[in-house]
Amino acid sequence: MSQIFPKSANALARMGLVGAVGFVLCLGLVVFTLFRSTWATKQHEFVEQPIQFSHAHHVGGVGIDCRYCHTSVEKSAFAGIPPTQTCMNCHNQIWTNAPILEPVRASLRDDTNLHWTRVHDLPDFVYFSHQIHVKQGVGCATCHGPVDKMPLVYQAQSLLMEWCLDCHRAPEKYLRPREEVFNMAYEAPANQLELGRQLKAEYNVASVEHLTSCSVCHR
Amino acid sequence: MRTRGLRRAALVGVLVAGLAGCRQDMHDAPRYDPLEASAIFPGGASARPLVEGTVARGHENDDELLMTGKVDGVEADLFPFAITRADLDVGETRFNTYCAPCHAPSGEGDGMVVQRGYRQPPSLHIDRLQYAPAGQFYDRITNGFGVMPSYRSQIAVEDRWRIVAYVRVLQASHQGTRDDVPAADLERLDNPEPTPDASEDAH
Ligand code: HEC
Repeated sequence: MSQIFPKSANALARMGLVGAVGFVLCLGLVVFTLFRSTWATKQHEFVEQPIQFSHAHHVGGVGIDCRYCHTSVEKSAFAGIPPTQTCMNCHNQIWTNAPILEPVRASLRDDTNLHWTRVHDLPDFVYFSHQIHVKQGVGCATCHGPVDKMPLVYQAQSLLMEWCLDCHRAPEKYLRPREEVFNMAYEAPANQLELGRQLKAEYNVASVEHLTSCSVCHR
Repeated sequence: MRTRGLRRAALVGVLVAGLAGCRQDMHDAPRYDPLEASAIFPGGASARPLVEGTVARGHENDDELLMTGKVDGVEADLFPFAITRADLDVGETRFNTYCAPCHAPSGEGDGMVVQRGYRQPPSLHIDRLQYAPAGQFYDRITNGFGVMPSYRSQIAVEDRWRIVAYVRVLQASHQGTRDDVPAADLERLDNPEPTPDASEDAH
């Protein structure tokens, strides 16, 4: 009986096996890269809002402190989105006829809500609190980027777990003095690591073992 | 070929089940994030307004001086708690956050928002305000005054008092003379560090 497969089939079979493994690996790599890409994380993407509220103007230009609007950032997990009245504290007198502000005036007039689109949306299985981060010397700009230069807010960091861990594994890389947390112009000193270690001790920042245990964030 | 058809159906079934696993249920759990929109409530907000007359625990209004700045209905020149250095530091931050946009960090009344067209408030250093009782400042912050809005919802009760204490510091600093400056700081007084020009920006 003659052979069904010619001799070259051996090589083909081997190549096929290697190829299949290679294909699966490549596919894995593509998927892995895709899920960590800015396409998936939406990093650096401006988000359309009902009103083109400019932090560049209000913070960078006028010099209003973050906490004027985000009033609960020091005492709760959620930093707080201001009610319409906060806008009207000033805009009942300045730019009172500006068309760009009509939705704000309508919101106050009709007692309806402004529907802002959330820019930083962590998965619901992650616990995050602004309060503790602000208290331990993590600057607003460390996570949110140069908000004082943003005409529209975008997500400055990936918010991937590896990004959280980068700091939780070595907080000294980022900590700054508490008084500087809200300072948008702060620049890390040359001896950041030294300062960071000192602040870590001074502020009683939890140990890296604790900061990197699952239940700290996934509670 | 019945078995082949079955096998194929099973494969498709597994794939579909796999796809169905790729849902976002864990990312978007069936609960509200703060201020998330809601399909249930009228107005579409999950954050519900307080029922009228609600007093949260710990916010009861039984300390007249603390809550209103008054004693027996009259604005008092008293503080409801002893003011420490730490209180003054908080007061400074709060003043610079909530008051300085209009009243300016100096209290002179030419803050950035005023420079953009808001009604200019009186300087906090005029005689009438120098001698106004502390409780009056507390009342202005809490209830607003004339065109000035109320800061009741943005500033906690204790912090309002810390601001008042810091206003007293600002006022005292304006009454100060050269003799009040410690010898060690005289040099800095005569050669002030250049301050960044605040007027350069014109958005
Ligand atoms: C949006 C601008 C604005 C902000 C912010 C603001 N004020 Fe005022 N304030 C005014 C204006 C304008 C007046 C004058 C009101 C009038 O005469 O109708 C005023 C008046 C006052 C007065 C009363 C002066 C008087 O004649 O009796 C006091 C006291 C005062 N402000 C304190 C504060 C404090 C403390 C803060 C911070 C919590 C603050 N203000 C925040 C604009 C502001």
